[in-house]
Amino acid sequence: MTVVTEEPRVEELLELYEKMALIRATEKAAFDQFMAGLVKGTTHLASGQEAVAVGASAALEPDDYVFATYRGHHHAIARGASPEACLAELMSRATGLCGAKGGSMHLTVADHNMLGSYAIVGAHLPIACGAAWSARLRGTSQVAVAFFGDGATNIGAFHEALNLAAVWRLPVLFVCENNLYMEYTSIKTVTAVAQPAAGRAPAYQLPAEVIDGNDVVAVRQAVASAAARARAGDGPTVIEALTYRHHGHSRTDPGKYRPQEEVDAWLKRDPLLVLAERLRDRGVDQPAIDALDTRAREQVAAAVEAARAAPPPPEDSAFTDVWADGGAQWRT
Amino acid sequence: MADLITYREAVASGIAQEMRRDERVVCLGEDIGAAEGVFKTTTGLFAEFGPERVWDTPISEQAIVGAAMGAAMTGLRPVAEIMFSDFLACCWDYVANEIPKMRYMTGGQVTVPLVVRTANGGGLGFGAQHSQAVENWAFAVPGLKIAAPSTPADMVGLMAAAIRSDDPVLMFEHKALLATKGEPPPADHVLPLGAAEVRRPGGDVTLVALASTVPTALAAAEELAADGVDAEVLDLRCLIPLDARAVLGSVARTSRLVIVEENPYQGGWGATVASIVAEEGFYDLDAPIRRVAGACVPLPFAANLEQAVVPTAARVADAVRQTLDAA
Repeated sequence: MTVVTEEPRVEELLELYEKMALIRATEKAAFDQFMAGLVKGTTHLASGQEAVAVGASAALEPDDYVFATYRGHHHAIARGASPEACLAELMSRATGLCGAKGGSMHLTVADHNMLGSYAIVGAHLPIACGAAWSARLRGTSQVAVAFFGDGATNIGAFHEALNLAAVWRLPVLFVCENNLYMEYTSIKTVTAVAQPAAGRAPAYQLPAEVIDGNDVVAVRQAVASAAARARAGDGPTVIEALTYRHHGHSRTDPGKYRPQEEVDAWLKRDPLLVLAERLRDRGVDQPAIDALDTRAREQVAAAVEAARAAPPPPEDSAFTDVWADGGAQWRT
Repeated sequence: MADLITYREAVASGIAQEMRRDERVVCLGEDIGAAEGVFKTTTGLFAEFGPERVWDTPISEQAIVGAAMGAAMTGLRPVAEIMFSDFLACCWDYVANEIPKMRYMTGGQVTVPLVVRTANGGGLGFGAQHSQAVENWAFAVPGLKIAAPSTPADMVGLMAAAIRSDDPVLMFEHKALLATKGEPPPADHVLPLGAAEVRRPGGDVTLVALASTVPTALAAAEELAADGVDAEVLDLRCLIPLDARAVLGSVARTSRLVIVEENPYQGGWGATVASIVAEEGFYDLDAPIRRVAGACVPLPFAANLEQAVVPTAARVADAVRQTLDAA
């Protein structure tokens, strides 16, 4: 089992930083390729929310289940997807994570039990309950984690999932990435309680914690504690991680509804800056941190080149994998 | 001859058969455990398999079907019950957006081997929100297999096939058939999904039917036989896969087609069957295709009103006579 101490070793902190830098660079590349016309449709970038994915992943076992949302690039990479496979998916290449049949909103890394990115708000919370239920019935010690936005807390599936998880004492973690806005609207203006996720947990007699979602160490610690409780048979936990997206909701949204002073304040609390400061406090010099950023950018630049060079998906793949036999035949 | 069994008993029997052979099969739904289901279609399961295999849930259709999906993606073979098929609307996101698209959207990374069973159809006077035949809702969504048995033996065989299928299957259990009786199936009965069955051979007209409309079509065929008309009744058994070859083959012999479907005429499954025959069997036809379907109104409560809007043997026989007159 993963041993999580309150203050990680410097080597661990460096690994966390490297992963977060890799996600940041991938999201920047996704933005740039979108602007270059090579990413079609839409993207929901997670720049600014990297600490939630990386901190949580560091506290989980490799075979634990992770369920993410349409803003899920960070979770795919945190659970082991390569930037190249993610970018190739966004760029409609045959080498994409899902063979370019899913796109930005549906990144999935089944080999690592990252079982999907769900684009219908809140849909995956009951699904995560099912994975947790399955783990219990199969007698494994796996937990399931559902990551979701603050907006999902006002949809029925959230409440059905929390109730079912509570009455069945399922080994599931509900991790809300509260970035303060449901799409273009401040979450507090449309929610009856101050904390959209943690504030609902008491109604289901579930333990809940509001944490600094831009502090990767705080996330890692909270998820480790919740996962340990779940594995011990003590049921679900709600974690509300306060964070902020650096971009608008999706590619077409400049995010003008957010006050500039609020944006500036959160940019100062960029999770990469927060971790860099922690690293410096632990004796790591800035050039060593810069080197990690440079390495991440180089890796992603190579990933972009590889994705650009990859072929589009073969047309006949539109007619594969409807059914488990690999085909699409619906009639005799 | 073995004792006859009811369609209702066949539901539980089919599930139990598979639960005995595969410990990954688990059931969940409202009142399905100790209460044995509001339609008594899970009788005996809780007693035989216990609370770790048969789970009572809250009234939370999204949680039921969502949890079934998560369990199916991670190694179990869940059988979820949605009490009335009308309630599929409460979890339609899972049925239409999540379950049938997961495998495709992930480029084949994930399979979702689950069964959603549900009591479907009218005839019992439950009114507009508990009587609908909604198989056409599911028929509009690529990625779902759809079974709707008409006999107890078929129920067992198709239930076994549905549970063993690596694809998601919607199992429509017709409420008006629950008390009907039929021959029990042989031991370990499994039918293929998507193989239609001729219930009554005939040479003059093909009646294509499903679930409750199979006995309706058979009754019409008996009525027509008295007039010297020999109708063939083809039970589709499944809508997906659709046994179009069986329909086309029958029409090639009879040259006339009447489709009998309980769901509304507007958007009903019979329209797809008709379009296939129009495209691929047109030159076999001696008369226009006719569809006897539910009326395009919400299901009324009073028995005489309900009978006025669902297919009846008399209406089917009339349609056949018009088809014969058209030639």
